[in-house]
Amino acid sequence: MASLDIQARSATTTPSPGVRDYPDVAKLIDISKCIGCKACQVACMEWNDLRDVVGENTGSYQNPPDLDAKSWTLMRFYEVEPEPNRLEWLIRKDGCMHCADPGCLAACPSPGAIVKYSNGIVDFNQEHCIGCGYCITGCPFDIPRISQTDHKAYKCSLCSDRVAVGLEPACVKTCPTGAITFGSKPDMIDYAVDRVRDLQGRGFKNAALYDPPGVGGTHVMYVLQHADRPELYGLPQDPTISPLVELWKGVAKPVAIGVMAAVGLTALFHYITRGPNAVSKEIEEDEERKAKEEQQV
Amino acid sequence: MKRDPRDLVRYTAGERINHWIVGISFILLGVSGLALFHPAFFPFTMLFGGPTWTRILHPFLGVLMAVFFVFMFFRFLKNNLMRRIDWQWIGRIGEMVDGSDETMPAQGKYNGGQKLLFWLLALCMLLLIPSGILLWQVYFDFSVEARRWAAVIHSAAAVVMICLIFVHVYAAIWVKGTIRSMWYGTVTRAWARQHHRNWYEEVTKS
Ligand code: HEM
Ligand code: SF4
Repeated sequence: MASLDIQARSATTTPSPGVRDYPDVAKLIDISKCIGCKACQVACMEWNDLRDVVGENTGSYQNPPDLDAKSWTLMRFYEVEPEPNRLEWLIRKDGCMHCADPGCLAACPSPGAIVKYSNGIVDFNQEHCIGCGYCITGCPFDIPRISQTDHKAYKCSLCSDRVAVGLEPACVKTCPTGAITFGSKPDMIDYAVDRVRDLQGRGFKNAALYDPPGVGGTHVMYVLQHADRPELYGLPQDPTISPLVELWKGVAKPVAIGVMAAVGLTALFHYITRGPNAVSKEIEEDEERKAKEEQQV
Repeated sequence: MKRDPRDLVRYTAGERINHWIVGISFILLGVSGLALFHPAFFPFTMLFGGPTWTRILHPFLGVLMAVFFVFMFFRFLKNNLMRRIDWQWIGRIGEMVDGSDETMPAQGKYNGGQKLLFWLLALCMLLLIPSGILLWQVYFDFSVEARRWAAVIHSAAAVVMICLIFVHVYAAIWVKGTIRSMWYGTVTRAWARQHHRNWYEEVTKS
């Protein structure tokens, strides 16, 4: 079934089918309300029909230890002391942020393997994925994972299939505390403002919304108690697409084509204007004379 | 094959085979690499059995080329050491470009331009091999930051090398009587005397 609401498509330089336009959606994850029950992790497995290997307990509730081609979301557990002698157990639901300016899509060399829909969801089309791993180098959040069995990249789809038919993502549906909410992006920002005000009233002076502008904002946002220090939650302070990736996928491409074309055309025009560099008649005749002399001897 | 018993041997069969393996693998690498570099070249993936095959094959071709490039490097190294005369020749390269090299400083087996090309190609390979390995994420697991650097270095070095090879191939086409040295290994005496006078004198002395 064709999608007619595509805003951006990897490795594609002409406009994508985009006659349909939908408002931006967003998922808001309120870390202050999360109890780390992992119901969302289970719902994600269930809806997407994925079964990662059963891991080992390594002294943390965090299991599996990392995101994987089969674990698109993961509760990360952090024991931190934001102030001396004040232990906090911070639990963050990790997964794709659905960046407005997605580095994965910018880096992908395969046309249409990564698309961004008009509602903001960034989706991988595994049937077009070639397994190069460039999306991983593009992502500022270290999200995509290549499967060891089929060598395709996988990540959270924000349940694009559910959202397309008017349902909320599976993780949102299942969250028992209401820590995960889903709706239009402006609504989620309004709701987050209320939550931030509430947290500030309870002594979390630095509570704020995490919607990093460096990647154009994201369609998965967090309410953080300590938004001045996102690194406490394993989040980058000011994520952007790496300048190296911008260079490689930006100016390098037209410059490279221009330089190669210029060298090729210069050679052609040199040939046409100067003519071939042939051995001079004089030397040739002299060598022929020498050959004759040698024969006579 | 000698068309004429007086022809001079420039390359042995072993050298020619080595060069052709490097040349063919270079073309396949360039085409498959460009396919992943810019969407305009993506259709080249069809020459390799599709995009996934292109991604799989490119690094193996890289290993093939790297091995034979190293052989070729050591085979040709002695004749490519830069001397003062070579820098003088390069300083007057404009005359060569104009097509009048007979008035330029006499050259040995290789002229200053060819030697410079040799070293620039070696430098490109020195950048391409490690950066290619960093990008080869099916078998290697390097940090994301290292792979970002590798992608920039690999694609930049590849484009420079492709341009250098354009110059190399063009020079062979432009200077008549050159390409046969890579087909059957010999050149005429007149060719040698015009373009590589010192080499000519050295090999015709005996
Ligand atoms: C010397 C050994 C080499 C190795 C091990 C190697 C390996 C790689 C790898 C792993 C990639 C990423 C795509 C993939 O997984 O297939 C790549 C991309 C590429 N390679 Fe190589 N390669 C080598 C030599 C070369 C050479 C000689 C050229 C020049 C003609 C070249 C041109 C490219 C280009 C243009 C890209 C695409 C970069 C991009 O996507 O921006 N490679 N190479
Ligand atoms: S978080 Fe990473 S994988 Fe998700 S949209 Fe942003 S760049 Fe792409």
